Amino acid sequence: MERSKLDLWVGAFVVAGIAALVVLALKVGNLSTYNVSETYQLQAYFNNVGGLKATASVRSAGVLVGRVTSITLDTERYEAKVTMSIDKRYQFPKDTFANILTSGLLGEQYIGLLPGGEDEMLADGGEFKKTQSAIVVEELIGKFMFNKSESSN
Amino acid sequence: MPLVKSVRAVGHRTVDIVWRVGVASRFLFQTLLQSGMSFRRFNLVVKELFASGVMSLVIIGVAGMFVGMVLGLQGFETLKRYGSESALGSLVALSLVRELGPVLAALLFASRAGSAMTAEIGLMKATEQIAAMEMMAVSPIARVVAPRFWAGVISMPLLAAIFSAMGVFGGYVVGVVLIGVDEGSFWSQMQATVDFQADIMNGVIKSFVFGFAVTVIALFEGFDAPPTAEGVSGATTRTVVQSSLAILMLDVILTAFMFRGA
Repeated sequence: MERSKLDLWVGAFVVAGIAALVVLALKVGNLSTYNVSETYQLQAYFNNVGGLKATASVRSAGVLVGRVTSITLDTERYEAKVTMSIDKRYQFPKDTFANILTSGLLGEQYIGLLPGGEDEMLADGGEFKKTQSAIVVEELIGKFMFNKSESSN
Repeated sequence: MPLVKSVRAVGHRTVDIVWRVGVASRFLFQTLLQSGMSFRRFNLVVKELFASGVMSLVIIGVAGMFVGMVLGLQGFETLKRYGSESALGSLVALSLVRELGPVLAALLFASRAGSAMTAEIGLMKATEQIAAMEMMAVSPIARVVAPRFWAGVISMPLLAAIFSAMGVFGGYVVGVVLIGVDEGSFWSQMQATVDFQADIMNGVIKSFVFGFAVTVIALFEGFDAPPTAEGVSGATTRTVVQSSLAILMLDVILTAFMFRGA
């Protein structure tokens, strides 16, 4: 085969392969949702993070505003310390609620931010004081059973 | 003394295997050592990229699409029982990107391109072309083996990516277009669960390793084949069998390292 034709085919093959990788990264994977803009760090302590994972999304009013960067156990408080990076474009009042929510019945867990009314905003390294832990189904059932037995007595 | 005889047979086989592994390792080492020419005269590699990569494109694309379609059909049937058809996108994408893409593309590559490599080099040896090169002080490893090796290593990840992309497309066609799963949740669930580094890059690493293994096995079998018609046919068969087993075994090991507890 001629050199130029060969080069054309191989070039087309390589381009197609790289294009497939790009499609996988952007359309299939979550690369496009990674925050490329500047971020700042906020923290929150939870009694229980449930199934929350690092890279889980942080949403406010349903809009993606950041991602969870790490989840560790604080051994002084014995609570889960969740660090998240929030897009610099979004600022939140100091009395913002951080809740662990679930999208759909069996979906992914994410952090929902419910802004309060205070004028002061959280700065880099700030902490959400008001948090609500993940709903653990076992606890929920336990409470329900407890209430039932109480009321029947 | 049947006992001594059987123990001797075991010993003979063991020495044989170790000897072959040693020869194969030296062959690989020589190939890597003499790769300089492949990059100085890159058109040698381009030619082999055409033979192993471009020629495998059709089978990889079509097979990927069919696999994606089957995943779409079967996944929908199973997920429907739990009322979570919307997770079809993540099921199709995760199984393709993590496992089926690299593994099936490598299996197809081994039977499509690996066997051709073995047969070609085996026949070169049988017709004494390799010996003629040595006579002319041209290293057959640098001229014949190394370009094919690099072509295989380069084309395998690209083929696996094409396989996965076509598979996702096939799953989309069956799931969204034919069955009618909600398009928005198909893509958004997929994007929520497929991680670029943990899933896609690990798949690419896998296909790199598989490409390496398949080409090394194919080239070594070809180079090592007895220079007869029977020898070449046996070597071609061994290439397909051994590289398929190597792919599946490496896949277990790599998966155990990559997705442990994830």
